[in-house]
Amino acid sequence: MPELEITKIQELVYELRVGDVMKKEVITVTPSTPVSELRGILRDNRISGTPVIEDGCLVGIISIEDFIRWLAEGSPNCAIADWMTRNVITLFQDEPLIQAINKLERFGFGRLPVFARDTKKMIGILTKGDSIVGLLKKLDVDYRQAEMHSVRSKHIFEDIVADRSSLIFEYDVAGGSNVERAGASASGLKTSLMRLGINPQTARRAAIATYEAEMNLMFFANGGLITAIIESNSIWIEMTDDGPGIENVDQAMRPGFSTAPDWVRELGFGAGMGLHNIKTCADRMRLDSTVGVGTRLEIEILVGGKREVIRDHATVTA
Amino acid sequence: MKLKDVCKILEAESVWKIDSSRSGSREVTSCQASDLISDILSFRGPDSLLLTGLTNVQVIRAAELLDFVAICFVRGKQPQPEAVKLAEDKGIPLLATPLLMYEACGRLYAAGLPAGTRKEGVPIA
Repeated sequence: MPELEITKIQELVYELRVGDVMKKEVITVTPSTPVSELRGILRDNRISGTPVIEDGCLVGIISIEDFIRWLAEGSPNCAIADWMTRNVITLFQDEPLIQAINKLERFGFGRLPVFARDTKKMIGILTKGDSIVGLLKKLDVDYRQAEMHSVRSKHIFEDIVADRSSLIFEYDVAGGSNVERAGASASGLKTSLMRLGINPQTARRAAIATYEAEMNLMFFANGGLITAIIESNSIWIEMTDDGPGIENVDQAMRPGFSTAPDWVRELGFGAGMGLHNIKTCADRMRLDSTVGVGTRLEIEILVGGKREVIRDHATVTA
Repeated sequence: MKLKDVCKILEAESVWKIDSSRSGSREVTSCQASDLISDILSFRGPDSLLLTGLTNVQVIRAAELLDFVAICFVRGKQPQPEAVKLAEDKGIPLLATPLLMYEACGRLYAAGLPAGTRKEGVPIA
């Protein structure tokens, strides 16, 4: 892997232009600025050097090393012009980044002013740090794109030859007070749906419904099983438990109604919005519960087809 | 507004080391505030910031599922270590402000950051 990455960076330093990574806001000083003021200017702007401009023209560069030299020699206060570097190496914005890195290396400068080739005006400044940050950003973007492409499962439904096909994911939910892993099923389902190339809004709805159901299984039913069946045009999610069951389904569905004990409420749950949220996320919902036997909740979320913007709640059959 | 503007308005600090130049430039276009997980999960709003007093792992999970841009903990609370770890794994920036919830909301609202919607049946934007 390291070899691969080096090759990638080598490629990028030729591909990226100075103008892509330079800093556009440049702090400048004039030749007559007193050296004693330099420290404040560098510190306030968190920079280590700055171009010296006179009548709109670049006449030199002054850096923290020049300032240290001035301090070390115990010289009297004077103008920046006496201490600045006059032979300034510059760059054009359209040069490849590799040129800039070579120039920084060869001349030992910390920063190079950048000029526009056409207008001959200074438009930015480039430091080694800017080059590194620019490369890292580009690498990261490329990495993300590569990651998306590498997920082959995106086309699974197109690739499989069958009259009907479905993927089944199962998630075990533990019961009790172990809230550490709580939400892992919803998170796993969301990641998997995204990898299948399912629209993020749809994946989010499935994840929210699953999360709420997962919490219900954990807090009220001493655990259970979540099964998600993914087909090309819909997601079915079934949650089953053999917990105590729901006495009054209508009451349980009502926003704000909750039977959560104090310890659950202390964790931020128990708003009484769980089933209501599930219903809002689903296109269809079915809740069967028998006291003393258990509860089975099934929801369907349509994929691909446009969900009507405003629709009534999913039909709830109990 | 940008996430770094949010930090300034709320006098907030970043909880874990993130590339501040990058996450700071992320756009925040709406805001939600709640201490109840299910309320948070019922919010709809793109590029949202979450203001909360909850500091446990579950609030990070909720933010992950809803794709919140960042979470800001109010009234000087610091998140639990497991919560920070999960946020790092999921790349969710965490902020902490000494302000109380009411003032944090008020400042952001006054600065022009709108609320997310909570319209029933409307698909999550």
